[in-house]
Amino acid sequence: MDVLLLSRLQFALTTAFHYLYPPLSIGLGLLLVIMEGLWLKTRQPVYHQMARFWTKVLALTFAIGVATGIVLEFEFGTNWATYSRYVGDVFGSALAAEGIFAFFLESGFLAVLVFGWDRVSRKVHFFSTGMVCLGAHFSAIWIVVANSWMQTPAGFHIVGEGMKARAEITDFWAMVFNPSAMDRLFHTLCGAWQAGAFLVVSVSAWYLLKQRHEDFARASLRVGLLAGMLASLLQLVSGHDSARGVAKNQPAKLAAFEGLYTTTSRAPLMLFGWVDEKEEKIKGGVAIPAMLSFMAHNDVNQPVTGLREFRKEDRPPVNLVFQFYHLMVAAGLGLIALAGLGLFYYWRGCLCEKRWLLWLLVFSVLGPQIANQAGWFAAEVGRQPWIVYGLLRTSAGLSAVVKASQVLTSIILFSVVYLLLFAVFVYLLNDKIQHGPEAADLSPSGKLALPTREAA
Amino acid sequence: MNFDALDLNTVWFLLIGVLFTGYAMLDGFDLGVGALHLFTKTDEERRVMLNAIGPVWDGNEVWLVTGGGALFAAFPNVYATVFSGFYLAFVLLLVALIFRAVAIEFRSKQPMRWWRQMWDIGFSAGSILSSLLIGVAMGNIAWGIPLDERGEFAGTFWSLLHPYSLLLGVTTLALFTMHGAIYALLKTAGPLHDRLRGWVRNGMIFFIVCYAVTTMATLLYVPHMAARVRAHPWLFSLALANLLAIANIPREIHHGRDGRAFLSSCAALVTLMGLFGLEMFPNLVFSNPDPTHSLTIRNAASSAKTLGIMLWIAITGVPLVISYTVCIYWIFRDKVKLDRMSY
Ligand code: HDD
Ligand code: HEM
Ligand code: HEM
Repeated sequence: MDVLLLSRLQFALTTAFHYLYPPLSIGLGLLLVIMEGLWLKTRQPVYHQMARFWTKVLALTFAIGVATGIVLEFEFGTNWATYSRYVGDVFGSALAAEGIFAFFLESGFLAVLVFGWDRVSRKVHFFSTGMVCLGAHFSAIWIVVANSWMQTPAGFHIVGEGMKARAEITDFWAMVFNPSAMDRLFHTLCGAWQAGAFLVVSVSAWYLLKQRHEDFARASLRVGLLAGMLASLLQLVSGHDSARGVAKNQPAKLAAFEGLYTTTSRAPLMLFGWVDEKEEKIKGGVAIPAMLSFMAHNDVNQPVTGLREFRKEDRPPVNLVFQFYHLMVAAGLGLIALAGLGLFYYWRGCLCEKRWLLWLLVFSVLGPQIANQAGWFAAEVGRQPWIVYGLLRTSAGLSAVVKASQVLTSIILFSVVYLLLFAVFVYLLNDKIQHGPEAADLSPSGKLALPTREAA
Repeated sequence: MNFDALDLNTVWFLLIGVLFTGYAMLDGFDLGVGALHLFTKTDEERRVMLNAIGPVWDGNEVWLVTGGGALFAAFPNVYATVFSGFYLAFVLLLVALIFRAVAIEFRSKQPMRWWRQMWDIGFSAGSILSSLLIGVAMGNIAWGIPLDERGEFAGTFWSLLHPYSLLLGVTTLALFTMHGAIYALLKTAGPLHDRLRGWVRNGMIFFIVCYAVTTMATLLYVPHMAARVRAHPWLFSLALANLLAIANIPREIHHGRDGRAFLSSCAALVTLMGLFGLEMFPNLVFSNPDPTHSLTIRNAASSAKTLGIMLWIAITGVPLVISYTVCIYWIFRDKVKLDRMSY
């Protein structure tokens, strides 16, 4: 195998693995702020118990997120050195900003969140929880800005020729607010909130099925379902915005999303299907006529660009992108339906009798994870063959001095380590869930138990 | 305000130095505690060691992450050359750092003996390997690495492991171990604390021997480093400050002033990194054998515009980071007491 294929594989493996965890940390971070806020407001002990329990889960996802994140940061230099020289002037500042504004904040205050329960006052603790949540969101901001710049570059010019060519920044804010950045940021954040919310939903539903910790489970389920529903609805809106952005800025990608080969007005929206890339058509597909034109342009008579407008060597792998994209959308719609059903029966007060629904909710945790992974794959594979859209080809971004055998060695090493980490993560998470929330956490201890100043 | 009057390239040389020095000073003691971890005997002692660094190690590691990001942004050519050139060494460093990180989190989550032993070994081995590899990387930067005319690394993995770089690896391990032992003194009480005093002494001896050998080797075999000191005699004062800081450590330990010993140890680290940086300046990567291919603060840097933007980011971000980091160290200033939330 060649260095290109191996390096791509390694990047896909390491980012995909990393991306199992940050969405959970971001989503749980937000839910913790809500839970602790509810506790401070209502003083109901069950909210304190919830905050304690989910803090432990957050600490676990956070640790693996951190450990796998460093790999990515170094990987630009190790595997994509030519790319790094090319984009460093633009891309590097976003990465450095992420370190300064996000990671320090998050990791610093996490200490107070996790270890500080008995040491600091309620207000200081709540503040720390808020800072962890903010830090997690900041890291999404900067990394998504950087990645979006690779999708829709802006605010730069190219200096030098041939091997010496590189992008230099001309307008920092144009770089930050590049055409796809805000859509994609919002979309990724919604995905992260969904990941956190449905984890909470899943665990609570399981407790209800097993009739354990029922007060805790009901309260958690309520918070989780509401947050999950809200995030899922927002996700629909933001997904639509993203798709319109892609239609405008990366037409080849949108055509691949929908398997559209010929430019047409009244272009159909595919529900599912299989793209035959040799014959350039879709087999066994079902479509809504004219819907794609309407979605992309708010006007059925506007044409949507097809793949034939692009040279073969400028097209992404179509079927793969098509399938990933449709998998994500299907998961997104499924989650809305599920959260809706759950809320409906919860509100009617008979959710606990609907065991089939509780079981579905237990498995709902997989939905956001699948959609998040599929979404990234669709977005990144759809950008191919470019590493920086329209400017630098992925094949031109490699490290000149790294050999295939070295990349293979590192892939094997990372695979073994990640498999181990994943197994341990699942084992420990399961252990925490089996153990359940502590009864002792119903009564706060340490400084938290002291009356607040106003109350005294 | 604009930064026209400043030489931004030099400023960023300094700032990157500050970030990596922060990393060495802070994560250095975490790695040192890790290196000592297996010397402790009982489960409780091991938990105390872990909880001594528990609340802070992650924030400390961010200095490395940010240093890497800043290097990428300010000197992309250095980032690209060094990281792709040291490929396998960096992959090993990553694996070591992963084990160090997750072992802290995982170890005390299960009561089984084999489970705890496994993560104890992962924690200690990860810390030791990280310290060694960081030292070896520094050794190669000091010695110089072969670069071709495009500024790409022209050696192999094995050519990175020469006696001088290995010596620096061991010296770094010794330095971190001493630093970590002193930090652990601050965080412990009782019998463990008393035994740690012995380890601090041994750590100091180990470091001072390594330090002496490294200094001799540098003077004898790395002429370009020594040449800068001769050309700029004021650098001798920094070397002198470094010597004084190191010499002060045993004195403070002897008088039982652990806090001051720790500060001295920090000062020793800072002056060492300062010397290293000033002896390199204006090179970031020295090309050996052909110095004309060296990567310098001029030929490896980003545009002035980017360096200026980054300076804004640093000016807003760094003071914030330092102020809340100080608060967090203050919240966790006491000696370790194990409780329900501990590792
Ligand atoms: C819980 C996660 C999740 C869910 C339910 C959805 N997505 Fe998504 N999607 C992502 C998680 C995600 C993501 C991981 O966040 C991606 C990958 C890269 C990015 O910016 O966002 C993404 C990318 C992405 C893109 C590509 C953007 C680009 O390439 O720039 C489009 C067009 C959509 N999504 C559209 C949708 C639609 C119409 C959905 C219907 C409900 C939907 N997504 C649900
Ligand atoms: C932020 C900067 C990013 C850069 C520079 C980057 C660059 C790359 C590169 C070089 C590849 C391999 C070539 C290819 O695209 O096929 C790739 C693929 C991929 N990336 Fe990104 N990526 C970034 C962010 C992300 C993030 C945050 C994720 C989320 C997990 C992600 C997910 C993927 C996936 C799943 C692939 C596999 C696609 C493939 O190999 O064809 N990427 N990206
Ligand atoms: C290729 C792209 C990426 C790189 C280079 C990267 C880099 C890193 C690094 C170095 C860390 C460890 C920081 C520490 O030591 O504390 C980390 C953790 C983290 N990253 Fe990533 N990251 C990438 C993609 C993403 C994406 C797409 C998101 C969110 C949308 C994200 C969110 C986070 C969060 C929240 C953490 C903290 C740990 C956790 O909560 O799990 N990262 N990342």
